[in-house]
Amino acid sequence: MIEKYLVQASTYAADIDNLVSLISWLVGFWGFLVLIVFFGLIINFRRREGQRAAYITGEEKHQKRWITIPHDLVLVCDIIIIVGAINVWYNVKQNLPEADAKVRVIGQQWAWSFQHPGLDGKLDTDDDIRTVDELHVEVGKLYHYKAESRDVLHSFSVPVFRLKQDVIPGRVISGWFEPTQTGTFDIQCAEMCGIGHGLMPARIVIESAAAHKAWMEANTPTSVASAK
Amino acid sequence: MAHPITEQQAPHGHADAHHDDHHHEQSFWSKYVFSVDHKIIGMQYMFTGMFMAIIGGFFAYAFRMQLAFPGMSVPGWGHVSPAEYNSLVTNHGTIMIFWVAMPVLIAAFGNFLIPLMLGCDDMVFPRLNRLSYQIFLLSAIVLLASFVVENGGFGGAWTAYPPLSAKAEYSLTPLGSTLWVIAVALEFVAFLMGGINFITTMMNSRAPGMKMWDIPVVVWMIVLASILFMLSVGPLIAGAIMLLFDQTIGTGFFDPARGGDPVLWQHLFWFFGHPEVYVVLLPAIGIVCEIVPIFARKKLFAYKTVLFTAFATGVLSFFVWAHHQFIAGIDPRMANVFTVTTVMISVPLAEMMFVIVATLYGGQITLSVPMLWALSFIGEFIIGGITGIFLGASGSDIYFHDTYFVLAHFHYTFFPIAIIGVYAGLTHWYPKMFGRMLNETLGKIHFWGTIIPFNMIFIPLFLLGLAGQHRRIWSYVNFPELASPEMQNLRVFATVSLVIMLLFQLVFIFNFFWSLTRGKKAGRNPYNANTLEWVAPSPPGHGNFAEMPTVYRGPYEYSRPDRDEDFWPQNVPAESSSS
Repeated sequence: MIEKYLVQASTYAADIDNLVSLISWLVGFWGFLVLIVFFGLIINFRRREGQRAAYITGEEKHQKRWITIPHDLVLVCDIIIIVGAINVWYNVKQNLPEADAKVRVIGQQWAWSFQHPGLDGKLDTDDDIRTVDELHVEVGKLYHYKAESRDVLHSFSVPVFRLKQDVIPGRVISGWFEPTQTGTFDIQCAEMCGIGHGLMPARIVIESAAAHKAWMEANTPTSVASAK
Repeated sequence: MAHPITEQQAPHGHADAHHDDHHHEQSFWSKYVFSVDHKIIGMQYMFTGMFMAIIGGFFAYAFRMQLAFPGMSVPGWGHVSPAEYNSLVTNHGTIMIFWVAMPVLIAAFGNFLIPLMLGCDDMVFPRLNRLSYQIFLLSAIVLLASFVVENGGFGGAWTAYPPLSAKAEYSLTPLGSTLWVIAVALEFVAFLMGGINFITTMMNSRAPGMKMWDIPVVVWMIVLASILFMLSVGPLIAGAIMLLFDQTIGTGFFDPARGGDPVLWQHLFWFFGHPEVYVVLLPAIGIVCEIVPIFARKKLFAYKTVLFTAFATGVLSFFVWAHHQFIAGIDPRMANVFTVTTVMISVPLAEMMFVIVATLYGGQITLSVPMLWALSFIGEFIIGGITGIFLGASGSDIYFHDTYFVLAHFHYTFFPIAIIGVYAGLTHWYPKMFGRMLNETLGKIHFWGTIIPFNMIFIPLFLLGLAGQHRRIWSYVNFPELASPEMQNLRVFATVSLVIMLLFQLVFIFNFFWSLTRGKKAGRNPYNANTLEWVAPSPPGHGNFAEMPTVYRGPYEYSRPDRDEDFWPQNVPAESSSS
């Protein structure tokens, strides 16, 4: 369902969208069924002069079936949903595949700053590229992010990836993503962080390998570039 | 003045009420302001709650206008700055849950209905009851005061996550956030006292003959809600005090720089916050369970099943809280546990809905105004319930968390609870409260004028949430993917629907006051209902019943084939059967 509104730009975006579709079918079925029965009963059993309502306690076994059978069916649907949900969750959040590169994401009132590995491909070296409100990544590479906060809670959200992670002062939270198509998309802050919460837009720029290399070369810190 | 009940209840420690019964001539002050009568206290809660609802509704109007027409000067408010916007959304949520849903659904209906439906003359502890309202009123005044202090009201969302809420340098509302915490803590104290009263009264003051399985569902539900509240609120009161200390005397409970942990607050908050959803939900379902049998002339289908599902929901509700924190930085393995419990809680709730739907089968349904509200509760709550599954499932919550999908989902649960449930109860018991009938035509205009715009507000917000729009953002012009004209049109559509819905509330206010004096006289039992409140005069006087009732059967004996009349009040002995 979501893919109609928003492109899928990460390897797991489709998994999450499929889970949403699965849940939509199951709960949609139940929702429509109950509502149809509900409106059907209201229309069918409107008051008519001279008629009397039935006396049904609902305590007898053959009557209770009207509750117990749907009860079991709901349970089955729930189990399907739980299995699907945990499967996706494990893949996206619990599991951490080998990284090709790492980036650091830092939230603060009210901006995102990003620390990219420079041309050497390693984080926390002299040629790291630091930016504000713009994250540059290469398509097809698996990234680990290290999310931090300088002050209050923020939430690093990239809707086209279907990725969201709160950042907490005092902790470094790791996770992963792998972009699958190039383009420039929104990064939002998804946790209330003060009066500038609505003024914290950032962009993610997903580039081809060549474009990403060119960007890194153009933005290598001058001290490092001149030393070479 | 010897109320029979006073003697009957004296052994249950009812000395306070006994003492007050001797005031024959009550002044205006002692009758309406410092009353210990459960009905008056119920009204006080109701009118305070309705007053707060007007403020909460006005806040919604102001911030929705800003979202639809960013930067405009909102009529009646002016320009909405980012700080004001945050404060408006924060306090809209705070007011609607803590100062509208809680006081009206639990305190107002609980106070008014419990003694009447149990067939006793008052709460067990009338003065504790009065103190409960007074503390509640104080909490409301503190909250209102927080809006007008320097730098304005608290704007850190109704969940008040620290460090934002704990430090003035982050929130920029030093006084507003402190007053907010104090108000919330006071409000909890008030409801703890009320809850003690409800539970004790149900246990000790039932009319002779009323067994536990003869108690009307709504009384059960309010008492269960009070128990859930008492069991869950302790951690949050402790948390609120810790937050207050962090704000005012410089402790570091939630400050990571000094060994504290911000996530601790989230656990304390949601350990209360999720049972709280069921605290307000159960009384609303109880109200629906009273109205549907009367207007379908049917016995409630499987009375005990309703109660057992409510017990199950109550127990499960203590094990679901971390579904609010899937992506909050908790250990990812925890999400698996809470996904299981959260999705499983749909089973008892679905069952409750099935029971009410099954009650309709074979009925003689009259679509009176209270019945319309009760039925619409079912219709809307089903949508709220099934959309919750997307959020309880950890995998899809990664995307939906903190989007408008969440917002639309919980409005589809809270609106049926706090608005539809309240209107259902109010229109249903209005004749008992004030002795006159509401105007039916105005009631129907108000009903359709509320239900249709309600859906037109929140269906667009579901779509915006699917498209990835996050919550609590003052203006979307800075987000290229959210600033498209199509999305802006949806925002305008929702806002216009909201304004229409708010305008239709004037019809209700007019109907309410007009019917107080002009409505048709109600009589004792205008709906031919079975429960004991319909035995008392409308409105019931001090002491409730002219002759204290004795109970012979359960509350839902409608359309029994062995009787001529299609109802059989709980207090009518079998010998007097007309068949």
